[in-house]
Amino acid sequence: MKNEKRKMKNEKRKMKNEKRKTENEKRKNEEREMKMDLEPVIGIEIHTELSTKSKIFCGCSTKFGSSPNTQTCPVCLGMPGSLPVLNKTALEYTIRTALALHCEITEHTTFDRKNYYYPDLPKNYQISQNYACLGYNGWIEISSGKGVKRIGIHNVHLEEDAGKNIHPESGDSKEYSLVDLNRAGMPLIEIVSAPDMNGANDAMAYMTIMKNLLQYLEASDCRMQEGHLRFEVNISLKPKDSRRLGTRVEIKNLNSMKVALKSIEYEIERQKEVLESGGEVDQETRLWDEAAGITRTMRTKEFAQDYRYFPEPDLVEIHITPEWREEIRKHLPELQGQKRNRFISQYGLPEYDASILTGNKLLADYYEECVRIHSNPKTASNWIMTELLRELNQKEWEPDTCPVTSAHMGNLIKLMDEGVISGKIGKQVFSEMLDTGKMPGEIIRDKGLAQITSEDEISGIVEAVMKENEGTVEAIRGGRNKAMGFLVGEIMKKSRGKANPKLVNEILKKKIGV
Amino acid sequence: MMTAMNPRMSTSMSEGRINRLEIQHVALLSRLHLTEEDITEHTVILNRILEYFAKLNELDTEGVSCTSHSINMNNVFREDVATPSLTAEDALANAPEKELNCFKVPQIIQEG
Repeated sequence: MKNEKRKMKNEKRKMKNEKRKTENEKRKNEEREMKMDLEPVIGIEIHTELSTKSKIFCGCSTKFGSSPNTQTCPVCLGMPGSLPVLNKTALEYTIRTALALHCEITEHTTFDRKNYYYPDLPKNYQISQNYACLGYNGWIEISSGKGVKRIGIHNVHLEEDAGKNIHPESGDSKEYSLVDLNRAGMPLIEIVSAPDMNGANDAMAYMTIMKNLLQYLEASDCRMQEGHLRFEVNISLKPKDSRRLGTRVEIKNLNSMKVALKSIEYEIERQKEVLESGGEVDQETRLWDEAAGITRTMRTKEFAQDYRYFPEPDLVEIHITPEWREEIRKHLPELQGQKRNRFISQYGLPEYDASILTGNKLLADYYEECVRIHSNPKTASNWIMTELLRELNQKEWEPDTCPVTSAHMGNLIKLMDEGVISGKIGKQVFSEMLDTGKMPGEIIRDKGLAQITSEDEISGIVEAVMKENEGTVEAIRGGRNKAMGFLVGEIMKKSRGKANPKLVNEILKKKIGV
Repeated sequence: MMTAMNPRMSTSMSEGRINRLEIQHVALLSRLHLTEEDITEHTVILNRILEYFAKLNELDTEGVSCTSHSINMNNVFREDVATPSLTAEDALANAPEKELNCFKVPQIIQEG
């Protein structure tokens, strides 16, 4: 009897398997037919260094740009017997970030060792979080093509950065690397998104909003040049209507948003080609090769990735009480939306202006400093949105690295409002400030750009122009008022743009007699 | 807690056994070069150690929550204050090879 039953069971299983096989084939065929309609699925890990004064587990300075290996100590060099002690500010910055991303905060959080061999990792393990990350299950909204879209935040955690490998350019550079451990032990926050992005546009919107948020939180400077913001991207493709995810590829080594975007665009096309030609995408890690503009398979002398995570015995548990958590929440800095609303009510700005100015925290700070120097909110907004932003975008400067500082801009607007120079000359002074970094007053004095406000001087110019254009003057007297503009233009030209336009108009009208 | 984290470890531990393959894998991760005899020897030794650890399984841990630490202490922090570091010379004192005030190491990543 028992044998009979077993036989029947086996038969049933066989049939089930057969059925599954044909279903699989059917699905594969369907997928092949739908192949043109592949949709990317993208998840992004953001690493950013926190803007603390000292490293995460020791007192070494986090100052950027010091000469190699001058900011290390036994702790961040991984010397035997040294013990790490957690930087409280680094922890609070991470909690702040997790809260702003609507995460749940883990009450009992711990650090873990992630074991791997790499020359820039002096201890042969990285202290990170794996089993009880600080924050989980958050979200952030981005505006995608179809309106607002919510991107899940899988987790937010705190870890230490590794050192920096320098690959010497000359000679037998293939043979060795140089290691600078100044960066080893810098506090690093990692934000892992859910695979909720479906294209390069989504990814760009996400990265931009995250950079902005991190700056608003004053947890990180997010300066790309200094490696403050680094990305890792996971990409797979799937048929548009399928819920099953494809094989994913991880891309590392993305040190700017621009590079991350380029690598995403490249990788989507590469995987599309592989799939559409009937191939399969390998699950692998690839590196972005900036020079060639492609992603390449990463091969290391390491073998299988097996980090053997285990709890860090040198650090004790961290208990984040609800009271502590709420205290941090209460002191969250003013975020973009709040600042935008305040700009509208406090400065009377249109919503459009307020949105652009608060689209970058550093730009919002620049604006407020400008208005503090000279209170003309709308003119300041106009100049920043046109002249300044054009230069920032072109030269890829941040508002606080532009040679035209908020003090330059505030004073320039003041001088225009006081009638020392016209708006037109203002633009000339602006480009002069860009080139030389000199203050506007100095430029106006040196170049003799101050407005002519002497009635006698202007009268002289007006008379000269009237003499040169007698026909026009007669026409105006005969009722062709429109020709006034031409004469004003000629007068301004003759004064090299320096005559006060209001006075020019008044004097010209008087002299013509209209 | 450790055993619960690594499925492979946990199986072998509960069986009180570690096999040659696993010894080889761990040796690889630890950058240890083991001869065939070494592997045989360490399989025996490590199994004996693991069996001894298995004694812990006899304890009744019902109702005892997991911990990552044996010291009953939490929230040990330092304030965010920068303190002096070592000089580059001191930092590099133990480096087998150095160049331009950096540690000189074999290159590890190969692309392409």
